[in-house]
Amino acid sequence: MAMTVHCDIVSAEENLFSGLVERIIASGELGDLGVEPGHAALLSPLKPGPVRIVKQGGEEEVIYVSGGYLEVQPNSVTVLADTASRADDLDEAAALEAKRHAEQAMENQGADFDYSRALTQLAEAAAQLRTIQQIREKLGKH
Amino acid sequence: MAVGKEIKEQISSVQSTQKITSAMEKVAVSKMRRAQLRMQQSRPYADKIRSVIGHLANATSEYRHRYLQDRDVKRVGYIVVSSDRGLCGGLNNNMFKRLAQQTKEWEEKGVEVDFAAIGSKAGLFFSSFGGNVVASQSHLGDAPELQSLIGAVKVMLDAFDDGKIDRLFIIHNRFVNTMTQSPETVQLLPLKAQEDESLKHHWDYIYEPDAKDILEGLLVRYVESQVYQGVVENNACEQAARMLAMKNATDNAGGMINELNLLYNKARQAAITQEISEIVGGAAAV
Repeated sequence: MAMTVHCDIVSAEENLFSGLVERIIASGELGDLGVEPGHAALLSPLKPGPVRIVKQGGEEEVIYVSGGYLEVQPNSVTVLADTASRADDLDEAAALEAKRHAEQAMENQGADFDYSRALTQLAEAAAQLRTIQQIREKLGKH
Repeated sequence: MAVGKEIKEQISSVQSTQKITSAMEKVAVSKMRRAQLRMQQSRPYADKIRSVIGHLANATSEYRHRYLQDRDVKRVGYIVVSSDRGLCGGLNNNMFKRLAQQTKEWEEKGVEVDFAAIGSKAGLFFSSFGGNVVASQSHLGDAPELQSLIGAVKVMLDAFDDGKIDRLFIIHNRFVNTMTQSPETVQLLPLKAQEDESLKHHWDYIYEPDAKDILEGLLVRYVESQVYQGVVENNACEQAARMLAMKNATDNAGGMINELNLLYNKARQAAITQEISEIVGGAAAV
């Protein structure tokens, strides 16, 4: 029986794999990495690409990750996978988009008419009017 | 019969409302289960990153990353996570109340506040509450993706990098159980130092290529995953709150139908009695 090491492949959204493996092959930033049980502690960013794992018993599985980090400890291996494709300019575009959304929301207050809010405000105003009228009636009687 | 016509109409309208609310309740139950599952699935990632960051921060002690350094507070940032849709009881309003209170506390200390609004209810809230909204993101759907949050988070992280904000918080609803959800504020940046067993470690990683770059990337992902978790958790809260609100609405509609039925029967009875007495009276006259 070959030696095995515990391997977790997790992303922010879900757990992609968890179990005992004989070997993991991932494409690190500086080249492909093969990790076998007992490997020295290592931390490396991953390039987008497949992570090949050889499960206990020799069965192979390939999981695609769009980047992330590989953490190796003598008795466990963790792949922190990205779910989104990451690049500085992509992130920048997303940030600009979020800013634009905020500005638009502030500008378009009139256009995107909020009926529920208007209704509550109307109800409030009506209630205030009623109260005023009641007070007036009371004062008139005295 | 002419007597009960209005009441009958009212009953049928309440009944159709009841059908809608009970359907919404059932939908919310199944959506809540899925949201809870997502909540659990995103946890290991954040836990793992946190432990790696803890180790890195201790191992590279000569280099303090700016996300780990406390500085004087002149301006703070809030990421506000709300739901996209209403009909979920006081869920959003409770959170906004808490937020308004905290904003007031900061302003009393002379600290300005920036907001990033996630979810369309937060956008609506800020349009009446005011406040400096620097980023907003809405319509994330029932299965939010991390990808759609990157933009809003990056705006806040950039502001932190440039020294525009000195602390970053996230406010969202915490899922206590299906009956209870409570708003919660968590400080994202600077990361509070952990005093744990990682200090005792005598080993270090082999870094490929560089510890600083790795720490940088991991910190950004950590913050993002925290925000993502907040969004997913808030989603579970939304479904739970909606389930409860719709259950109450269905129960109330049932009560209303019973009352209306009683009223209808009484009116019908009165009409019949009147008719009989009219006939008897007519017969006696003949």
